[in-house]
Amino acid sequence: MDAEVILDVDGTEHSITVDTRTTLLDALRERLGITSPKKGCDHGQCGACTILLDGRRANSCLALAVAYDGSEIVTAEGLAQNGELHPMQRSFIEHDGYQCGYCTPGQIVSAVGMLEEVRAGWPSHVTGELNVEEVVLDDDEIRERMSGNLCRCAAYANIVPAIREASER
Amino acid sequence: MSTTAPGRAVGAPLDRIEGPQKVTGRASYAYEHDVENPLYLCPLQSDIALGRVARIDATDAEGLPGVIAVISHQNAPTLANTDDKELAILQSDEVAFRGQYIGAVVAETFEIARHAANLVEVSYDEEPHDAAFRPDRNDLYTPDQLNAGFPTDTEEGDVEGALSSAAVTLDETYTTPLEHNNPMEPHTSVAVWREGDLTLYESTQGAHAVRRTVARIFGLDRDRVRVVALHVGGGFGSKGLPHANTILAVMAAQVVEGSPIKFALTRQQMFSCVGYRTPTVQRIRLGADESGHLTATSHDVVEQTSKIKEFAEQTAYATRSMYASENRSTTHRLAALDVSVPSWMRAPGEAPGMYALEVAMDEMATKCGLDPIEFRIRNEPEIDAETGLPYSSRNLVACLREGAERLGWEDRDQTPRARREGRWLVGTGVASGIYPVFRLPGSKARIRSEGDGRYVVEIGAVDIGTGTWTALTQIAADALDVGVEEIDLRIGDTELPSASVEGGSSGITVWGSAILEAARVFRERHGDNPSEGDTAEAGTPDNPETENYSMHAFGAYFAEARVNEDTGEVRVPRMTGVFAVGRVINAKTARSQFIGGMTMGLSMALHEESMLDPRFGHVVNHDFAEYHIPTNADVGEMDVAWIDEDDPYVNPMGSKGIGEIGIVGSPAAVANAVYHATGIRVRDLPITPDKLLL
Repeated sequence: MDAEVILDVDGTEHSITVDTRTTLLDALRERLGITSPKKGCDHGQCGACTILLDGRRANSCLALAVAYDGSEIVTAEGLAQNGELHPMQRSFIEHDGYQCGYCTPGQIVSAVGMLEEVRAGWPSHVTGELNVEEVVLDDDEIRERMSGNLCRCAAYANIVPAIREASER
Repeated sequence: MSTTAPGRAVGAPLDRIEGPQKVTGRASYAYEHDVENPLYLCPLQSDIALGRVARIDATDAEGLPGVIAVISHQNAPTLANTDDKELAILQSDEVAFRGQYIGAVVAETFEIARHAANLVEVSYDEEPHDAAFRPDRNDLYTPDQLNAGFPTDTEEGDVEGALSSAAVTLDETYTTPLEHNNPMEPHTSVAVWREGDLTLYESTQGAHAVRRTVARIFGLDRDRVRVVALHVGGGFGSKGLPHANTILAVMAAQVVEGSPIKFALTRQQMFSCVGYRTPTVQRIRLGADESGHLTATSHDVVEQTSKIKEFAEQTAYATRSMYASENRSTTHRLAALDVSVPSWMRAPGEAPGMYALEVAMDEMATKCGLDPIEFRIRNEPEIDAETGLPYSSRNLVACLREGAERLGWEDRDQTPRARREGRWLVGTGVASGIYPVFRLPGSKARIRSEGDGRYVVEIGAVDIGTGTWTALTQIAADALDVGVEEIDLRIGDTELPSASVEGGSSGITVWGSAILEAARVFRERHGDNPSEGDTAEAGTPDNPETENYSMHAFGAYFAEARVNEDTGEVRVPRMTGVFAVGRVINAKTARSQFIGGMTMGLSMALHEESMLDPRFGHVVNHDFAEYHIPTNADVGEMDVAWIDEDDPYVNPMGSKGIGEIGIVGSPAAVANAVYHATGIRVRDLPITPDKLLL
């Protein structure tokens, strides 16, 4: 069965017909040719497909495109504006927070979404005091909050300072 | 892009050249190459581990709108070469292991292909299979040689005699489990077969190697096959040798001639057909005199292979030359099973073998009443006893000393289970590592002047995350004595000069040597002010010094482990690695290679284990929910350093290769730290909480 959906991706509106079994990830990659979100597991276990979905980070492999008609999507490609890299992207390059680069767009989108969650005061598993106005983003908080994004090259020890520095900018 | 002064690029911590493409997601991986009207492939895999396909009924699948073809042994193209039984798929009804490809569905979309694959009904004539790996099997056999051509067994002196007269002895067995490489980018292909020409966008560690293999198997002229691999999302060995998924994609492309075929393995399928690290059972016996000098070293390995194709991991290879010991013996025996084919996984041989040896060394140090660093230093060899050659450079002791200082080893109480912080037991551990300098043959580089002082440098190498794009640009810039901004490097395509596989940590070393030689020839022919279009090509020169010196990289690894007394949970808040790897080409990407290797070793120590159910012959925990690799929260501080090492013998750059040395001693350092924290010696990886709750 097919369905019409409209998706706003990185500021551009796309109207497409999708098989109702098509995930948001496959709609982006195979229908729209937007390959910034990657497919690493298709099961929501690796985070390579992370996008900002209506402002919040989400695994696009776990979302059916038909369920997100009219939604606004930001990929790592869309984080760069007018040819200027996002501060998080620059920080990943400077700290070498990647090797093969396959998980990287997902890591970066996830980091950007995560910082918004921190600004909103959302606690994590390692947040000591739950009723604080402001969460202090130390390295343990970054590690915990970024653990939905796997990196087999294991650039974690560089990803953490990359995010810390970008968060201070 | 960064700029550098002429002659100053090598060693500089340059950002990755392809960085902007990678952080935006615009870097193009195999599956992402834009092709018109692609078709999607979903494989059919055997549900039995041994027997024959009795019947394939594809009626329902073929009736599904959007299905283009269902391929099986009944209608598959005949391959020109079927010598390699891993790759000779769909040529008969035989099934040799569970998960083997028995067919494929090709359809207009991924969703339809997958649906149709589920509609194909397959029945089998099943035969009793044998997929149980045990060291006490009575059918273990001796392979002719090991991976990379090393001898299967070695014997020097009288090990039994030396053991019986030794003042201190150790006799323990260590095991490592089956493990899967699991690069983040699954194995993928986009194959286009048009009028006898094949174009293959492939996720591979060796574009030219894939071309050779595919051309041979399909009976094509090599120059009619083009393989492109601009960016590769990791491999760690699994993309080193072509696997059957590539053959299946090309076969489908041949069937639907003209239409591009897209085939990406699912994460689950990554556990059945693209290689893995064999499980190992390793008996180590050591003998030492009263002063803690080793007199006997014996390392006996049992491991697994597939009945259809042999892979014999060189697990005890490193033990042959690691320490001074007059009497030495090593053996390897294989159990051939009805399972898929094991293959390379980061530091095949060294990673599991040095885990066993370095835990044994830790145990032996305790028995000898020596500090584990002092024990290793005491057994540092003068020469490589295996070959009788001196080392081109061996700075393991310097690495151990530097690491000890960085970690604060001096204040360490050697007593296990002596340090406690609340419910956490705290300990530190050390291990050593060794990795050979491999020289794979067959690489050539071409340099062409663009005029204006700019140069195009071409070599069909790949970057699997190792920093090839950047490091080769740096090497080329210095070789031509220009800034890196004047170099236009081109890699990842068989249209470019031949390059060896990215394997054995040899890539930068071998390809870089070819670029150096091409630059030398270029300057000799065209001088310092060449005209536009002036070109020179050269291959990696022979290195006569390989006859005179034993060439290896070394590392010292340290870990702090904290073990929760109530739950057995192990945390590793910090690791230190100090390496002696010759000259480092790019300080930034090299550091990433080291932390990546060390973290994969941490993962080997604590997390990774593929559970093969012998009743059915398949890996049960075939996804990231159940096959555990470290997340960000599992990794702490990673302290990395390297010794300033000038090795004039390895190659003109003085570099030894760094992709694998990072993992080699890392699992043992973690295991030894866990022992120091708890007093519990776990000899079977991974060290899961249940093994620490006694």
